[in-house]
Amino acid sequence: MTDLVWLVPFLPLVGGLTLMVFGARIGEPRTGWLATLMSASSFVLTVLVYFDLLGMPAEERSHVVSLFSWIPVGSLQIDFALLADPLSITMALFVTGIGSLIHLYSIGYMHGDPKFSKFFLYLNLFVFSMLALVLGENLVVTFLGWEGVGACSYFLISFWHTRESAAVAGKKAFVTNRIGDWGVMTAMFVAFSVVGSVSYKAINEAAQEGTISRSAVSAIAILLFVGACGKSAQLPLYFWLPDAMEGPTPVSALIHAATMVTAGVFLMTRVGPVLAESYGWVPDTVAVVGAATALFAATIAVAQHDIKRVLAYSTVSQLGFMFLAVGSGAYVAAMFHMVTHSFFKALLFLGSGSVIHGLHHEQDMRKMGALRAAMPVTALTFIIGWLAIAGVPPFAGFWSKDEILLYVYADNRLLYAIGMVTALLTAYYMTRQVILVFFGEARWHDASGEHGAHGDFRPHESPKVMLVPLVVLSVLSVVGGGMQLPFSKDLHFLGHWLEPVVEEAERSIKGTWADENKYVLLGVAVVVALAGIALSVAVYAKRRLPAVEPTVLENAWFYDATVARLVGGPGAASFRGVTTFDARVVDGAVNGAGAVARGLGGVVRRSQTGFVRAYAVFIALGAVVLLAWFVWRGWLA
Amino acid sequence: MPEPTTLSYLVVAALLFVVGAFGVMVRRNPLVMFMCIELMLNAVNLSFVALAGELTDIDGQSLVFFVLVVAAAEVVVGLGLIVAIMRNRSSLTADDLAELKG
Repeated sequence: MTDLVWLVPFLPLVGGLTLMVFGARIGEPRTGWLATLMSASSFVLTVLVYFDLLGMPAEERSHVVSLFSWIPVGSLQIDFALLADPLSITMALFVTGIGSLIHLYSIGYMHGDPKFSKFFLYLNLFVFSMLALVLGENLVVTFLGWEGVGACSYFLISFWHTRESAAVAGKKAFVTNRIGDWGVMTAMFVAFSVVGSVSYKAINEAAQEGTISRSAVSAIAILLFVGACGKSAQLPLYFWLPDAMEGPTPVSALIHAATMVTAGVFLMTRVGPVLAESYGWVPDTVAVVGAATALFAATIAVAQHDIKRVLAYSTVSQLGFMFLAVGSGAYVAAMFHMVTHSFFKALLFLGSGSVIHGLHHEQDMRKMGALRAAMPVTALTFIIGWLAIAGVPPFAGFWSKDEILLYVYADNRLLYAIGMVTALLTAYYMTRQVILVFFGEARWHDASGEHGAHGDFRPHESPKVMLVPLVVLSVLSVVGGGMQLPFSKDLHFLGHWLEPVVEEAERSIKGTWADENKYVLLGVAVVVALAGIALSVAVYAKRRLPAVEPTVLENAWFYDATVARLVGGPGAASFRGVTTFDARVVDGAVNGAGAVARGLGGVVRRSQTGFVRAYAVFIALGAVVLLAWFVWRGWLA
Repeated sequence: MPEPTTLSYLVVAALLFVVGAFGVMVRRNPLVMFMCIELMLNAVNLSFVALAGELTDIDGQSLVFFVLVVAAAEVVVGLGLIVAIMRNRSSLTADDLAELKG
């Protein structure tokens, strides 16, 4: 069964290619069902592989399936190989699982769109690329998927490309990601030049056994982290993600919340031993960047009005938490939070999509309110997602966030404090969102005219095909924490499952103050979450306190504007300098060489007169000269 | 009548070669140029044979056979070309065939 792991990415690829050729002929609902079927079969296969691995002894749960020799050049031998091990299968499970649910949801959400079949083509290609990314046995296969998800992300952000803002957002995401891709590529080059291989196994082993220098190890780690910052929207490259919300909401849920943006965390976990063997400042950088991003994005989310932008900043913030975990050596906790986050954030995004759908594409929370009566299922599931992300026990987000904070406390108290403030803000802004959307007074009556609604405008609940994924995800958001409960070692299911992959790099907190007093930390986390909720209720529901939504936060600390001014001013000037240099010096050298050759040719070609007898004369003269040379040499000797 | 020495053979060969080379350079008729080339080849053959006798080395003589065979092959190709060109043109001088000049 494990040998068939190649079918997992193959099926969505077949689906995507089929839709590429026959999409228009198959027609509206059936293309959606076909794509969903492909993704779902892939999920079923992954489950089978999972049980197959589970049946093996823990240390044998690593299976390489080499499909063909991909790039054989001298000592560079790269196979198109897939790796089935606990880490990749965990990723593949939630990518295909949540992917299938979102495919299903999209059948309802994209109903009536003129590019319906193209949407599913991109979704299937995305699932294929994401699976290549997580299942890749070496950096190059992963990079293929890495670029593939980037391209699909670009296609899907600018899916409604006739809208100027969507086209611009797509370009912004693509260009920003290129900066990260530079890091991954350079890391591959360094790995090949010092290790002689780009397979994860070889790189990780070389780092552990010390066959390569510590500086080289650190260079690989920090360059991969640059790539991770781009893909996973961390400071300073985070700013493409909020704009990516221009894409259809299922895209935001699948790509920009649950799966693609976690690729960076996955990559850092995959090369955990490299990170562990680097100089100390490398993991510290990862942790600090993660914590800074978490806090920074959470402060911005407090003052956003667009329902999806709140969730986008929240995603950036939660990804920061995962990097904080990775930097603190808590790989299991990072993966745990990645999985639970994908449950509840996909749920929240799909819920917001349901709201947007019901309100005829209204996204401003100031024009919502009191929707719980009109959309009961959406409201209920959204509230479950809210409790999960806010960190209220026993919902999934509480356990994973707490696990991260436990490790961070053992690593660095200051970062722990930042994490706590972020947790407080998370509870606060998510509560604000729930109150603004589902409670309070209805503010959508006065907005009805803008949307061309006929007669009496009334928000409606979404069709069943959209509600089923919401219900499934909300159940997962409730029980997801059961994967890894802190009470006893026997309840660390995820930890035991991932142990063969992460044990080399995972940091042990056994015997530290944090470990012995983990219930105290649990209690603190609950109090902080409840305080955030209470504060928000006091501000937005009871109106006892004034709302704090300063312009500086609404505009994301003017980070975008600053970047735009930097890139537009000195940046553009230096780019112009480079193009001038290229046009004058580089092109000049190339064109100069060409001109010299042409001029020389113009002179020399005159000797080719076309008269055979003239050539005969030249031959005779040449023979005479040669003869003279030999005679003269003989004379000297 | 004195016996011809190796030197006299070589002198004759040199004369033949010069006649051939001169002919290739001054004549315009391809057929005549062709014959002049044959003359040069045979001049070389003569010197090969003469020197082989002088040095008592069979290699020189055997080389002559190669030259003869190659020359025969060359005549086949060359004459074929000339006939083919003649069919398409009324007159023929070597100087007219200059389409591929630089």
